[in-house]
Amino acid sequence: MLAYRLRGGDLIVTLSGELDQLSADGARREVDALIAEYRPRRLVLEVGHLEFMDSSGIGMVIGRYKVMRRSGGSVAVRGARGAVEKVFALSGLYEIVERLA
Amino acid sequence: MQIKNEICVDFLSRMENVAFARLTVAAFLLAEDPTLEELGDIKTAVSEAVTNAIVHGYRAATGTVRMRARLGAEGDVEIEIVDNGCGIADIAQARKPFFSGDGGERAGMGFLVMESFMDSVEVESAPGEGTMVRMRKRLGAAQTAAARA
Repeated sequence: MLAYRLRGGDLIVTLSGELDQLSADGARREVDALIAEYRPRRLVLEVGHLEFMDSSGIGMVIGRYKVMRRSGGSVAVRGARGAVEKVFALSGLYEIVERLA
Repeated sequence: MQIKNEICVDFLSRMENVAFARLTVAAFLLAEDPTLEELGDIKTAVSEAVTNAIVHGYRAATGTVRMRARLGAEGDVEIEIVDNGCGIADIAQARKPFFSGDGGERAGMGFLVMESFMDSVEVESAPGEGTMVRMRKRLGAAQTAAARA
């Protein structure tokens, strides 16, 4: 499940439900289409409503980081908590992706 | 381990069954009153192991994945994920973080997650012979440690 809004140069995408290999495939297609359409300077992924995420979610974020980098943009993640935050922290992703409170 | 309860489920290597597998394990363990963190750890580890079996074990083919979960009298949990897929030639390499056996967007973190979130992970595999991943975790370990401190 995915909702989005635009604010300044940010494309803010809110993910909810469960992010695993199956749903990550759909999410990456939708987010890439939004990036192509709106060409944001920064992609902000709001994950506070994610109930579950495995490393497929990390693959999805790294992939979007590469897409954004191509146009000189960046990626930020907001609101990771509980088990989702544990996977983010383990991945080392916060070294390349900004962590917003 | 003295077995208190056990389930064994076979399912097709379809991606929608990854959620089925992790939710089934969670339901199986609920009677033990695990913490949210324990449940999250185990669900995530199962999700990784089953995804690996489907993506790497069977690739484009369809086969059967077997999940066996055992609960011991002391709160010890043992979960086996078994496929009859292509097997792993170099297990040590496959377990290395950020090595991914496919060219797509897999992060190569599956075994890292399993090893970090479970107490132990064993892998048995050979090319053409399928793969068995056995993971163990003791429920209540954190509370026991806190009580001792």
